[in-house]
Amino acid sequence: MKKTLVTLALAGGVALVASAAPQSFDFKDAKGVNNAVFKLDAPLEAINGSANGVSGMVEFDADKPATAKGKIVVTSKSLTVGNSMMQEHMHGEQWLDVAKHPEISFNVKELKNAKTEGNVTTATAVGTFSLKGVEKEISAPVKLTYLKGKLADRTMGQMKGDLLVIRSTFTIKRSEFNIQAGKNEDKVANEIELTLSIAGAAPQK
Amino acid sequence: MKRSLQILAVVLAVATLSVWLVKGANTGFTKNRVQVKTVDPITEIEQVEWQDKFLPGVDFLGGGLIAGGALFVGSLFIRKTNKQQQTQLS
Repeated sequence: MKKTLVTLALAGGVALVASAAPQSFDFKDAKGVNNAVFKLDAPLEAINGSANGVSGMVEFDADKPATAKGKIVVTSKSLTVGNSMMQEHMHGEQWLDVAKHPEISFNVKELKNAKTEGNVTTATAVGTFSLKGVEKEISAPVKLTYLKGKLADRTMGQMKGDLLVIRSTFTIKRSEFNIQAGKNEDKVANEIELTLSIAGAAPQK
Repeated sequence: MKRSLQILAVVLAVATLSVWLVKGANTGFTKNRVQVKTVDPITEIEQVEWQDKFLPGVDFLGGGLIAGGALFVGSLFIRKTNKQQQTQLS
């Protein structure tokens, strides 16, 4: 009897520790749903586009959502716009130079002013944004939605685990990232609005 | 010749305007693919996919109208051929 109680207590303790540990969410989405949308609104031309080459890892603890941190990477080559010639210019040496700078990333070091209600946490993500080889410290509002056990629904029951949805909209200036600073601002706006809508999976081991 | 050029100019301008209107009167520049958005039911993320589709913009409209206008103006510099004069000369 005593042995059984000790075993049960140990098992309970291990389960508690396991559930309290932060989970690693992988943002490489096989379904290709994850995307980053970019908008530039210049006086002569509005440019809208998106990128779906999203990957990265985020450490998230459902009991302490404010401690979340991680890195999200977008493949520069996956940036797409409605006009193929414009896209060629955008990927070219003078603009994003995707051959030399294949990745755009946001390395989140900490969350500030985090507020959690149910499974939703809103906060300000502080970290390093890297674009065209230039790194800059930025702050961006983020919304994290923890979907416990929802990975099975998404994989038709093939995998069990949790999902973490991250949404964020923030603005950067291309002039600060060595992208044709001060040039063609009537056609290509200096301010770029970025909207990130991504879901990461943490399969049960 | 003069009349034919004028008719061609009007047809070009009307055709350009019609294509631009029928294809959605896009006030931006011409696109050769468009975004198609669907919502993932589990994560509620709006998925963005690109589909090949010709969407004429203001550059297409302007080009067609300018070409039509140029043809029309050009036609004004062509002298009317007088059938009677031609017969007398021959």
